[in-house]
Amino acid sequence: MNAAVALLQAKFPDEIVEVTEFRGDTTVTLKPERLVDICRLLKDDPETSFHYLSMIAGMDYSPQSPRFGVVYNLYSHKNHDRLTLKVFLTDDRTPVVDSVTSVWSTATWHEREAYDLLGIRFKGHPDLRRILMPPDWVGHPLRKDYPLKGK
Amino acid sequence: MTSIATMPRTETMMLNLGPQHPSTHGVLRVLLELDGELIVRADPDIGYLHRGIEKLCEYRTYHKCMPLMNRLDYLAGEANNFGFCLAVEKLLGIEVPKRAQYIRVMLAELTRIASHLFWLGTHGHDLGAMTPLFYAFREREKIMDLCEMVSGGRLFPLYFRIGGLAADLPAGFLPAVWDFVKTFDEKWQDYDTLLTENEIWKERTVGVGVMTAEEALDWGWSGPMARGSGVDWDLRRDNPYSSYEEFEFEVPLGTKAGDTYSRYLVRMAEMLQSNRIVRQVLENLPDGPVKVDDPRVSLPPKERVYTDIA
Repeated sequence: MNAAVALLQAKFPDEIVEVTEFRGDTTVTLKPERLVDICRLLKDDPETSFHYLSMIAGMDYSPQSPRFGVVYNLYSHKNHDRLTLKVFLTDDRTPVVDSVTSVWSTATWHEREAYDLLGIRFKGHPDLRRILMPPDWVGHPLRKDYPLKGK
Repeated sequence: MTSIATMPRTETMMLNLGPQHPSTHGVLRVLLELDGELIVRADPDIGYLHRGIEKLCEYRTYHKCMPLMNRLDYLAGEANNFGFCLAVEKLLGIEVPKRAQYIRVMLAELTRIASHLFWLGTHGHDLGAMTPLFYAFREREKIMDLCEMVSGGRLFPLYFRIGGLAADLPAGFLPAVWDFVKTFDEKWQDYDTLLTENEIWKERTVGVGVMTAEEALDWGWSGPMARGSGVDWDLRRDNPYSSYEEFEFEVPLGTKAGDTYSRYLVRMAEMLQSNRIVRQVLENLPDGPVKVDDPRVSLPPKERVYTDIA
């Protein structure tokens, strides 16, 4: 079994919602509450050693509820393997999740992007503002109810 | 002697850098806070070329996304189509025929050289070295011609398809690549002679923009940027795809100092390694189909289209 999954099952058994395998990629769906602790463990544990956050993707699963999710793609240079973490956010109207900027610095820009384009807030982010759209833009363009061609 | 108290009061200065016109390279605005000539703070504004490609893809089939993908990085169009094809093929569980895998590698490496040449020319130009630009663009033009041969497009080649390639290589293509491969290493000497040991060049790049290996990973750097800091990481070697495991090449790390000069050395050396890979493709290119026989992504051959499309 995947060493990272074994580690999470030993240390955070109650936080794991689901573990899936697809063509060699492992995805762990987690409850969002202890996300930062889990990320720190996966980074600091000498065995898993996920020092690299490839990207964070905000997701809009509309019309499903919970509607919003956040996906984290991790890479370990020690083992040359990947791990995907996924959380679903409980509040469909004001989606919010803890920021992982304290674990990986690169998360600052990725979280700003998810905030800008999907309106997901990251609690504890040092500088949460739009990154691609102009500061006075109204709405979040990657939401599924955002029109493709203007209003 | 002037005491501290009578020294003139100094303060930092804000400088607005950019944005440039969209047709120039690197459209970017950076708010800089300067202390003399030192940048003490920088706030990049990166949205000027945001084109909403993810949004555009919401309403398209995978095939219709292809022309958008080679616009992600318009200096390495084929490399971006490559990544997109690999992702969709993984979702569909498609294994691309060997010949197509090799041709993809060849084009990806030629594109890498073209992209690095563009970087070399403009990077030199930005730092006050005008001449390398003309040499770099001389070879880049040859690669643009090769892109045009397979696809009709130069900056935006559209030759890759989900499941393989649009068609087999056109007549005359392989000899043209051989011409490039055999002469490139020698042409490369021109850039190397102009810059690598040039005192002015080193003065402007050594010790500038230093990033340690640890910082590079923490900030999500990859590719030649990370390798310049000594991060020994290359997906082609460490998580091989499209038959990369069958080719021999080295992963250059420059001086590992993480400065502009080290990143310069990495990209310079990578061009030679790419040329080495292209040569191996030419020497070992297998025969066979260039598109997977899978009705989800491929049309049947022309002689069967009237009978085999349900």
